[in-house]
Amino acid sequence: MVTIETPRSPRSRKSANREKLAWLFMRASGVILIVLVFGHLYINLFTGEGIKAIDFAFVAGKWADPFWQVWDTAMLWLALIHGTNGMRTLVNDYSERERTRKILNTSLWTVCILLVILGTLVTTTFDPCPDTSVVDALPQFCNK
Amino acid sequence: MSNAVAENTEIGVVPSFTVTLFVRRFSKEDGLEARWEDFDVTVHGTDRVLDALHKIKWEQDGSLSFRRSCAHGVCGSDAMRINGRNRLACKTLIKDLDITEPIYVEPIKGLEVEKDLIVNMDPFYQAYRDVKPFLIASDKPKAERIQSPEDRERFDMTTKCILCAACTSSCPVFWTDGQYFGPAAIVNAHRFIFDSRDEAADVRLEILNDKEGVWRCRTTFNCTEACPRGIEVTRAIAEVKQAILRGKP
Repeated sequence: MVTIETPRSPRSRKSANREKLAWLFMRASGVILIVLVFGHLYINLFTGEGIKAIDFAFVAGKWADPFWQVWDTAMLWLALIHGTNGMRTLVNDYSERERTRKILNTSLWTVCILLVILGTLVTTTFDPCPDTSVVDALPQFCNK
Repeated sequence: MSNAVAENTEIGVVPSFTVTLFVRRFSKEDGLEARWEDFDVTVHGTDRVLDALHKIKWEQDGSLSFRRSCAHGVCGSDAMRINGRNRLACKTLIKDLDITEPIYVEPIKGLEVEKDLIVNMDPFYQAYRDVKPFLIASDKPKAERIQSPEDRERFDMTTKCILCAACTSSCPVFWTDGQYFGPAAIVNAHRFIFDSRDEAADVRLEILNDKEGVWRCRTTFNCTEACPRGIEVTRAIAEVKQAILRGKP
């Protein structure tokens, strides 16, 4: 009889539940993102003057309201993590070498974390009328 | 009486035509790369791709290798990729394919090719074994285990699997990740997970909650499309996912 040594190496038991959580996250964030993204598009493009209304003052106005701060921050986090996790599954599907997979996935998550941090900084600390000693031009509505 | 009618009017004469088959050839012995080889075969309107392969093997090139056992769509030996789709050669009528073009026949993907259309099925069967595809019950009844028709219906779909590997080898995740259990193993786990007589559903659910388990499924539906038995494979996988989330079947 022909014996084949380890025709299939044992699967690793670790990170089993991480895959389950990732799968659940994709479903949940997908549903929430539909509301957040289409809500965002509707408010920005269809209400009021539509796309013509969008300028610096419009964005500043939105982020002066905690409701939109939370909305946009949630949208930022969910969209970035949802997208990065989707890319991770693609990388896992198509990269054949373990090293390539590690490099691609590490760079993906590095970019994702960086963007999340920068984006969150903007939405939470945004000040449309900063100290004039720092910037030389202020938007008109700051002079009122 | 009916025979006489057939003889006189030529009813039942099956038209024949010539088709070209491009068969993917590979042999470990000759040291050559895998290549396409074409054969012209005269076949009847009632012939299947398997009949054409037989004609090639018996009349043109005896070295052509492929698996087939029952040749009637039950044993699942002759799954192959015909014109880019996984099907059983014994269930694919040539006249149903586009016979104005050559017919391409190649081994199923994702498993190591041994020779021509024969692949090494060991990893496939290992994944099948890993999900414990047998009844696990603690009681020792004197008679048969009674089951209601409704309980039987719950997993009826997945009892139809013939382990031909058409689904697993059509799965893009399996192509690049040989560690993935694959649709067929999950289908056979489903068959016992949802069986009211079985007591080890939690064990199988835990096995499939693996990193290489059901969560690798991307719901591309290739498996459902490939199944020669009409099993809704992707649905079965989704039901196992739901069962894992619930923690019970």
